[in-house]
Amino acid sequence: MISLDVNGKTYNIDVGPEAPLLWVIREHLGLSGTKFGCGMALCGACTVHIDGKATRSCQTPVKDAAGKKITTIEGIPDDHPVKKAWIEDEVPQCGYCQPGQIMEAVALLKENPNPGDDDIDNVMSGNLCRCGTYQRIRRSIHSASKMMAEGGKS
Amino acid sequence: MSVIINISRRDFLKTGALIGGGLILGVFPRYEEAPGEEAATFAPNAFIRIGTDGIVTVVVNKSEMGQGVYTSLPMVVADELEADWSTIRIEPAPVDPAYNHTVWGIQGTGGSTSTWSTWDQLRKAGAAARVMLIQAAAEIWGVDPLSCKAENGFVIHPETKKQLPYGKLTEKAARMCVPQDVPLKKPEKYKIIGKPVKRLDTPDKVMGKAVFGIDVKVPDMLTAVVERCPVFGGKLKSFSDKKAKAVAGVRSVVQIPTGVAVVADNFWSAKLGRDVLETVWDEGPLSGFDTKKQRSDYAALAKRPGTAARKEGDAEDALSKAKKRISAEYEVPYLAHATMEPLNAVIDFREDGCDIWTGTQFQTVDRNSAAEVLGLKPEQVRLHTTLLGGGFGRRANPHSDFVTEAAHVAKAVKKPVKVMWTREDDIRGGYYRPMWYDRIAACLDGNGKPIAWRHTVVGQSIIAGTAFEKMLVQEGVDETSVEGAKDIPYDIPNILVDLHSPKYPITVQWWRSVGHSHTAFVVETFIDELAQAAGKDPYEFRRSLLSKDPRRKALLELVAQKAGWGSVLPAGHGRGIAVHKSFGSYVAQVAEVSISREGEVRVHKVVCAVDCGRIVNPDTIEAQMESGIAFGLSAALFSEITFNKGRVAQSNFHDYQLMRINHMPVVEVHIMPSEEKSGGIGEPGVPPVAPAVANAVFAVTGKRMRRLPIRAEDLKRAEAV
Ligand code: FES
Ligand code: FES
Repeated sequence: MISLDVNGKTYNIDVGPEAPLLWVIREHLGLSGTKFGCGMALCGACTVHIDGKATRSCQTPVKDAAGKKITTIEGIPDDHPVKKAWIEDEVPQCGYCQPGQIMEAVALLKENPNPGDDDIDNVMSGNLCRCGTYQRIRRSIHSASKMMAEGGKS
Repeated sequence: MSVIINISRRDFLKTGALIGGGLILGVFPRYEEAPGEEAATFAPNAFIRIGTDGIVTVVVNKSEMGQGVYTSLPMVVADELEADWSTIRIEPAPVDPAYNHTVWGIQGTGGSTSTWSTWDQLRKAGAAARVMLIQAAAEIWGVDPLSCKAENGFVIHPETKKQLPYGKLTEKAARMCVPQDVPLKKPEKYKIIGKPVKRLDTPDKVMGKAVFGIDVKVPDMLTAVVERCPVFGGKLKSFSDKKAKAVAGVRSVVQIPTGVAVVADNFWSAKLGRDVLETVWDEGPLSGFDTKKQRSDYAALAKRPGTAARKEGDAEDALSKAKKRISAEYEVPYLAHATMEPLNAVIDFREDGCDIWTGTQFQTVDRNSAAEVLGLKPEQVRLHTTLLGGGFGRRANPHSDFVTEAAHVAKAVKKPVKVMWTREDDIRGGYYRPMWYDRIAACLDGNGKPIAWRHTVVGQSIIAGTAFEKMLVQEGVDETSVEGAKDIPYDIPNILVDLHSPKYPITVQWWRSVGHSHTAFVVETFIDELAQAAGKDPYEFRRSLLSKDPRRKALLELVAQKAGWGSVLPAGHGRGIAVHKSFGSYVAQVAEVSISREGEVRVHKVVCAVDCGRIVNPDTIEAQMESGIAFGLSAALFSEITFNKGRVAQSNFHDYQLMRINHMPVVEVHIMPSEEKSGGIGEPGVPPVAPAVANAVFAVTGKRMRRLPIRAEDLKRAEAV
């Protein structure tokens, strides 16, 4: 049995300690917002927060996440400035990479509330988008940053 | 917790308004019968259903793969219907002849056809419903229907100021005859069409609630992964399932035509099982095959005359007499679609029928293929289209490869099963954009005007051996191999375009922009070479040769103006231009590049002008141009599939590289106002970017890039010309 704290809820699950957190989240917990893209920490589709840090859940054995605070896309409030900006700026196309992009962007803005384009490119370059929504991702991170500065929640 | 909301479809419709962003995902729970319509629901045709609550459900028969059809098609319906946009809901169409492609005769999405091919159909559907609702209200009020009008979800009688919402008219309207040939709105009356309307699928996608094929779960479902032959055209000799079966969670190991499936309680167990599965393959004819050898075979073939695709005048003769002759060879590799969502399909097969959930672009073909494998009639198979985590043509497989394979697994395990592909399976799974080799020659007269053009194309046919062969292979020429090459628009009196279609067991398929993905690169780079040989500016040179194509010429002028063609750039920067027509739309692009200290191409900016005729949603057009440019840049700068000892050399995103945000240029899109028939928008943004970048690299370095992806070593090696 492994005990996981995901989005403020505690789950006790019967799973091997080496199973990647990604699959436990998706298949055991039924939280399918976190996506599988590569399984090798190359695309960022599986990004979650572990103790506030953006982490590739496909390369995180579930035992390493036990006892830590895990947040998935479902745990980011609907009115979070990043989610709001993403909707406002119409970022998604197919949408598949977007939960990972959003999780990465939320973590980025926590570290650096006012990033420049280079900061954005540096941090976000681990997140692939085959639909090429990159220009809008940049724009949207700037607008979320502005929203947060103007007193939106984060 | 299941991702499927476990309520009946009818309840689903009633509660649809409460769910997420109002996007109804037509995912059925198991065994649920297709619902009958409620008497009070007004469903005048296959595309529209209006409930007593006033909710307008638009049934969309095109797959949403990012291109925005779940918004643009409802916009067309809603405008004619005079609906209140906030009442619009979407439901993916089931498989039914009513939802067939108006040109293809089967249900499917592709070829950048969704908007123009449904344009009349959906406008008529909306208009007929509007007329019936007006009729219903007029009858209630006892007035002349002509004295009433429809607006924003209401029928109004201006004289008496009476009004009724659509929801109150459904019962009456439902009993009326569906009128034929109703008047359609004049374009100047459009309220929704042509406006930047926000996508209906965005909120669910942002909240992580959107359901893709990979997210579908049905009760008692197992998960399988398949071990396939590492060499195309090979066969399974033998396998041992001993170790695989010893893995916790593995339920069974079954042989299927494409290989061996490991079936387990969950993905991770299936994958661990497959890791230790022992297989022995007969590698077949491609054993030992490699890309170098194939390339030299293609180069040799390109020197021989192929099957003519276009012949005007006598290019050979003109070339043999020419004083100034320019020739070049171009090459591009195999490419994988690499949709972000790896392929998958869920199949629940029972004695009496079957349900399939998958993100597909090819509903009819997939349903029929699965029915055949399962020994069912097509009507016994219900296929539910989920959202697609990218398509780019991969999910329109003429052989239904991923659905057929899943059907074989389902047949063997007799339980609901999800067959999943890993990224490695996807990159190595074939159905690639073919590798192409092009040999091209031209000559100029004393004034620098081209006199002759000969272009030989070498590459596998994507159509041969499919059901589309009769339609798309004409007199030995696969039209998709030469599209964009055969129809070069420039004023040249002698033209010969010919084709070789060598056969290999490597599977190939349409890939976003199909033949144009290579022909635009060749034609638009070579025309630059001719401009240079003629001593002319590449933009002016093109312009002077477009007397027969004013639309293309006007677009070229627009992009040049918007990009400030000819204006001064920072030191080390250069511009390249390209224009191409595909799928009924014209796109012109100017790329600005520099070469980094590491010797890599940096694309700073792409100015893009598009003439796609009449438009539905300008924001979608802009998004699709950005997307096409990013997709095209991946091919121009990063991606290739090669073979070594018969095996695909690449496996995941470290060696099959795609464009990342740090390489994304600033993209500026300009839409040419146009009243012409709509063209496509999903693909036409792709073709011009590779030649625009290659031409810009030439502007900076004086070196011609004739193969893709453009490599740092090519930049170093190539001679300045
Ligand atoms: S799935 Fe984890 S980074 Fe790609
Ligand atoms: S939106 Fe499709 S992969 Fe990013």
